[in-house]
Amino acid sequence: MSEFTSIVDVRDRLTDVGYLPDAAIETVVYLAERLGKPVLVEGPAGVGKTELAKAVAAARGADLVRLQCYEGLDEAKALYEWNYSKQLLRIQAGGEAAAWDDLHDDIFGEEYLLERPLLRALRADRPTVLLIDEVDKVDFEFEALLLEILSDFAVTIPEFGTVEGTRRPFVLLTSNNTRELSEALKRRALYLNLDYPSLERETAIVLSRVPEAPQALVDQLVRIVRSLRQLDLRKPPSISETLDWTRTLLALGLDAVDDTVLSTTMTVALKYSQDVDKAMEHLKVPPRPEMN
Amino acid sequence: MASQAPPHVGPDGRGLFDRILSFVAALRGAGVNATQSEAIDAFRVVQHVDLADRPVVREALGAVLVTSQADRRTFDELFDLWFPIRLGGGDGHALDADLVDDEGEVDHDAFVEALVDALMDGDEAALRRMARQAVDAFGRVEGRNGQPSWFSYRVRRNLDPRTLMDTLLSARDATDDSPMAQRLLRDEYESRLRDFQAEVDAEVRRRAAERQGVEDVARRTVRPAIEDVDFFRMSAAEAAELRTQIQPLARKLASRTQVKRTRGRDGRLDVRRTVRRSLSTGGVPFDPAFRPRRPHKPELFVITDVSGSVASFARFTLMLVHALQEQFAKVRSFAFIDNLDEVTRLFDGRDFDEAIRRLTSEADLVWLDGHSDYGRALEVFHREHARDVTAKSTVLVLGDARNNYRASSSWVVKDLAHRARKVYWLNPEARTYWGTGDSITREYEPWVDEMVEVRNLGQLADFIQELT
Repeated sequence: MSEFTSIVDVRDRLTDVGYLPDAAIETVVYLAERLGKPVLVEGPAGVGKTELAKAVAAARGADLVRLQCYEGLDEAKALYEWNYSKQLLRIQAGGEAAAWDDLHDDIFGEEYLLERPLLRALRADRPTVLLIDEVDKVDFEFEALLLEILSDFAVTIPEFGTVEGTRRPFVLLTSNNTRELSEALKRRALYLNLDYPSLERETAIVLSRVPEAPQALVDQLVRIVRSLRQLDLRKPPSISETLDWTRTLLALGLDAVDDTVLSTTMTVALKYSQDVDKAMEHLKVPPRPEMN
Repeated sequence: MASQAPPHVGPDGRGLFDRILSFVAALRGAGVNATQSEAIDAFRVVQHVDLADRPVVREALGAVLVTSQADRRTFDELFDLWFPIRLGGGDGHALDADLVDDEGEVDHDAFVEALVDALMDGDEAALRRMARQAVDAFGRVEGRNGQPSWFSYRVRRNLDPRTLMDTLLSARDATDDSPMAQRLLRDEYESRLRDFQAEVDAEVRRRAAERQGVEDVARRTVRPAIEDVDFFRMSAAEAAELRTQIQPLARKLASRTQVKRTRGRDGRLDVRRTVRRSLSTGGVPFDPAFRPRRPHKPELFVITDVSGSVASFARFTLMLVHALQEQFAKVRSFAFIDNLDEVTRLFDGRDFDEAIRRLTSEADLVWLDGHSDYGRALEVFHREHARDVTAKSTVLVLGDARNNYRASSSWVVKDLAHRARKVYWLNPEARTYWGTGDSITREYEPWVDEMVEVRNLGQLADFIQELT
């Protein structure tokens, strides 16, 4: 269980761990492996970007190291930090006798280094999948740091020396496209756009994730969700919403969708009330009397 | 299939090399910014994939040559031309036996029947086959030089999508279906019909490319990228695409208009971080930490002409206003025709279409005759809102400055320029028409910081890029 050997191998192993890839996904994952390049995955929320990283890690028998990005994320949170309080303790415990040089070398040693996700992924002995989630949220400065790490797979820590990765992690970056990433970062990576899946693929995904769901129900739900995606909604339903909806209906003991079911459970798939109204109108479901 | 050499590779493999080079050149020509290093990557990736597997080749090249979804559409269309799914066709013998009558002519009814069957099944391979045959059967025109050519509009005329839809819906006994089931069925058929139409278009392009050379066809038929589409000539699908593109731009615009956050020791002392830092120096605060200054919130005044003459532009500017307001609190928007009204509340966190509906019904935009009157609108703005414009504010005016020969009241713009940090004017007309006819750009232009031509998304992006 290590590297992927062919595109078919990617497909089989991802399928085995419960992720159904399409042609684009399996090709890009395979090429990323061969070329040693990171993959930048873009697409709407809930189409399985993060899931893909987890599946790749599971399929390769690798550890998953996840760096969740947010505005204001900096080196200390993402790369490494010195354990100040422990260093201070060491200084105080050292007593008068300890020579400064020894002490200096000592407190900037391995023991006092706090590894953050990026450094951990670089130094891992085992095969690792590094997931940098929602990279579009980070500041420009941090993007530059990422660039450096992704091109050299090495980090320089001033007191410590250069840390070079023993083996290259498989890197996946995800973006919800809230802002344009820098061209330089995009060029370092293979671009993969994940969109809503085809009817067949979505049905297969739901059936594999919720095996107890009856085929007829899944068929119907997937069709409804697809129909809703054509509307101009604030938040169109994703695969994760289809899954939630299926599970909800199962929990309620329902095995078919009619107007009543639709008007009572639509909120599982749609998060805004005006979206629900639009959907109801589109599907020609009469509004429930008590809602008027 | 596997034993056959794929159509896009020459016997020596040299063909592929040239193909990729000219493909990259065509991408650049169509506005996809594929760099040298990406072209080199393209050669690297094709070594790792089975060249006979066309979808894989497509995805592999797409992964390295494309860096945004907007470019992917152009990529796909060009890919179909440079790496066609098959060669030849169109020699008249390609029709199935049951689609022609005894004299070898196309049997229209039989064809429609077969097509409707394929559409109901939704089998992609069968639909692709029908699309190819449809081009053979109906799209052919004999040229003067004896060379046939093919046109999609002829196919559409013979296989009208609306008639097909009616046939599809009546072919199924839908009487017991609920309205919802019927709607779902309709949506499904619609998407299949669209796929069929796209296949027909692709087939026509492919054949044209074979006759006239790919470069020529690429230049003529590949639609311009969404950034380059003129706001005044935009299809419904393009307008929808525009909506998704405008969000990041709005965010950028708003963040550009705010004063840059300066790092440095000008904020208040951050006691917590200072103490923490002092731990590394034995409790002596050598290196005090300061809080960053709070960035000032962008204050944006958007004044938009929504009259008939700029209707399609107005739709776009309102989209921009909506996107801006969704992300930033301190945006105030005003719309005018010959009267000006504040419309901020209409766009606050509401659905865009709903906002447009309320704009026409609730906002008080017409005073006299419903032709734009910049002079009056600006005066109303000055009277009621100018005192809110401060040195922190940026004012954006969106409109063509075609004033129906009325007074310009340009002193308002001058006064606003004095009060505000910056005043920008975005004009949807080509620069060459400025100042012609009833356009009074000349009277406003001296007072604003910049008047820019914004006829498409690309120009808007450029404008935002230059703001600092």
